Amino acid sequence: MTRTHPFSFLWVQAGSCGGCTASAFEHESGLLAGQQPELKLLAHPALSQESGEEFSRVVEQILEGTLLLDALLVEGAVLLGPNGSGRFQMALGFDRPMSRLISELAGQARHVVAVGSCAAFGGVVAGASGRTEATGLQYANGLAGGLLSAGWRSGSGLPVINIAGCAPHPGWIAETLLLLADGALSPDDLDSFARPRFYADHLAHHGCNRNEYYEYKASAHEPAQQGCLMENLGCRATQAPGDCNRRRWNGTGSCTNAGFACIACTVPGFADGSEPYLETPKVAGIPVGLPVDMPKAWFVALAALSKSATPGRVRKNATESRIVVPPAPRIRSQK
Amino acid sequence: MTRLIIGPFNRVEGDLEVRLEIENGQVREAFVNASLFRDFEQLMAGRAALDALAIAPRICGICSIAQSAAAAAALANAAKLSMPPNGQAALNLLQATENAADHLVHFTLFFMPDFARPDYQTKPWHSETRNRFMAGQGKMAALVAIARRALFEIMGILAGKWPHSLALQPGGTTKPVDSAERVRLKSIIANFRRFLETHLFGLSLKQIAALASQDALNACDQGDFGLFLKISRDLDLWRLGKSQTDLMSFGAFADPQTGESLFAGGIWRNNALAPLAPEAITEDIAHAWYGGEQALHPSQGATIPNADKPEAYSWSKAPRLNGQSVEVGALARQLLSGQPLIRDLHARHGSTVAVRVVARLIELARLALAMEDWAEALEPKAPFCHPFNLERTVLRGAGLIEAARGSLGHWLEISEGRLRRYQVIAPTTWNFSPRDAKGQPGPLEAALVGTPVKAGESTPVAVQHVVRSFDPCMACTVH
Repeated sequence: MTRTHPFSFLWVQAGSCGGCTASAFEHESGLLAGQQPELKLLAHPALSQESGEEFSRVVEQILEGTLLLDALLVEGAVLLGPNGSGRFQMALGFDRPMSRLISELAGQARHVVAVGSCAAFGGVVAGASGRTEATGLQYANGLAGGLLSAGWRSGSGLPVINIAGCAPHPGWIAETLLLLADGALSPDDLDSFARPRFYADHLAHHGCNRNEYYEYKASAHEPAQQGCLMENLGCRATQAPGDCNRRRWNGTGSCTNAGFACIACTVPGFADGSEPYLETPKVAGIPVGLPVDMPKAWFVALAALSKSATPGRVRKNATESRIVVPPAPRIRSQK
Repeated sequence: MTRLIIGPFNRVEGDLEVRLEIENGQVREAFVNASLFRDFEQLMAGRAALDALAIAPRICGICSIAQSAAAAAALANAAKLSMPPNGQAALNLLQATENAADHLVHFTLFFMPDFARPDYQTKPWHSETRNRFMAGQGKMAALVAIARRALFEIMGILAGKWPHSLALQPGGTTKPVDSAERVRLKSIIANFRRFLETHLFGLSLKQIAALASQDALNACDQGDFGLFLKISRDLDLWRLGKSQTDLMSFGAFADPQTGESLFAGGIWRNNALAPLAPEAITEDIAHAWYGGEQALHPSQGATIPNADKPEAYSWSKAPRLNGQSVEVGALARQLLSGQPLIRDLHARHGSTVAVRVVARLIELARLALAMEDWAEALEPKAPFCHPFNLERTVLRGAGLIEAARGSLGHWLEISEGRLRRYQVIAPTTWNFSPRDAKGQPGPLEAALVGTPVKAGESTPVAVQHVVRSFDPCMACTVH
């Protein structure tokens, strides 16, 4: 693939909350504030100077092929309802459903990028009710084929690139775009759900502040306690793709660091309502959702062993809101 | 009479279309269409009660903390749970951070760019405005993005991330703050204050918050605030986009110790404070794409989409208080809280474009000052959260709070630990509501009447000022 600078992109909002835009706006590059010279934002519904007809003209030029589009970015789930009509979201100024406008624009773009879990898989909007007939661009929850078919490829030959996350980290969005602009994102760089592997090959668990509590299965029982959130409070970080705890959010934050469960928002179907978010489903006292790639018998054996080896300090602090027992003082041993 | 349809209406949050009937160079009638329906209320049904804390923020990525706070308040109300002072202080800091950032972003990225349009190129202030605010080029957008990012480190500390956090719980917040984090919060707030004083106001926040009359305001000629006031005088934005309705606030920012609201709630009617009775709220669906009963209290409400309803023109329901449309937002909060400048401006001009924008900026200054107090009030050794327990019976709750753009209400019903009913009325549902069964227009629809439209304008610039002066959030509106 070739390097394209400036790399033009159009941002479209389907059935969205605007949170992916809000997140992207956070990026230090000024991605959406016109500060990144490699990238050229052609139009964005919340940020462009143009409004009404003037805005629609930009989109029309892309449809006519007179304005080159390197990447179409879609935020939000595609709404096919009611009854397949798409009228839950009409594309204003185009007299047709947004779902159709997105299909047409996808045909003109070198790359198509689903920003956030809604555009990727349907996300929260494709949750339990089903009345909006919401879908992702190329997946409907975990099933291949959404608005676009499973075999669909953009002008570049890539499938829809899924920056899953609710909302995705600003860096995930910016770096995906910059990699595309550099011609440095190949099919091998995407995982089995077409998520960029630079963040999806990690687990949200990696780098969690609560690591020692996890190691000893010293668990929190209530919000605002310091222990591990996996056993009781619903944490799915050991099963969730994302470099959340390595990269950190809004400075030094992360979900688990702030004391609440990872809800695996990068995973297809994370909002299907099948399990409550803030408690851990268990069978015979053992969490159903175990760390990925770990044999269950080993997990159970190790958990039992580590629980019996838990230092008193760790056990005590796990159910406190702050450290009440500090680590034992140490000096280098004299020889 | 000619018809003009403006859509997509950009530089607002979400999907908006405005239809205008124009006669003799001005708007005779306006119809506001909130054109996206996502079905969040139904998405709640059948879920575990606390799942509301994960779903509600995702109604809106702009007002995510506010939506969390309303859901947590509704659950707390159902479970009769209070929060410790630390939880309240942390909640106030999170809400104020989002609210302050929204006001700043609205002014810089949504509202001011309209004055950089070529329509105004003969004006003496045009080139400065263009340099500072033209979308994608103006230098203020980049500076505000940096200031907002620095401010949002508060979100990282107290909420883990933004948008869409689960830190706000019915009984407080999940993140205890240690003594080092407390002083970090204070230094972030101090930096933000310096940004506002240097770039936006050119005056100290205390001077801004203490402004008491239009005469005192007229002397402010510094910073972007001064530039805006110059433009307002030149274009007479003091008279544009007048809304005649009462104004409402649910009250905001309870003091962690006393529980008293920093911004008191109530109704502002005929230049006086009147009490608010939330039981008098209904949602009318006469001109919205829904079936079912015409006007119900949200605790009894239903959401039954019907895209084929001939007399409907919006996915927004029409909330009414005692059958009347009301305006919500920073102007309502500042009026009701007794801020003297805003009371003076409203008494002189009513609710108009310039009065709404000034109220937002005054509130921004007051919030940044209050944040210093809340950070100061955090006590690292005291609790942040009370545990939440539900009896396994039928429970009802209402969470009535203030988001940046105005009054936000969540009404829920729980049985056997599951959500059975969930209804939301967001600020812009009030402000941008369609007509009701009596034909009464929503506040924006009424405020647009009389707005000048010049010959040949396809997106009339004065209409843009009026619409954006409300700072609409369309994602919240329909949800």
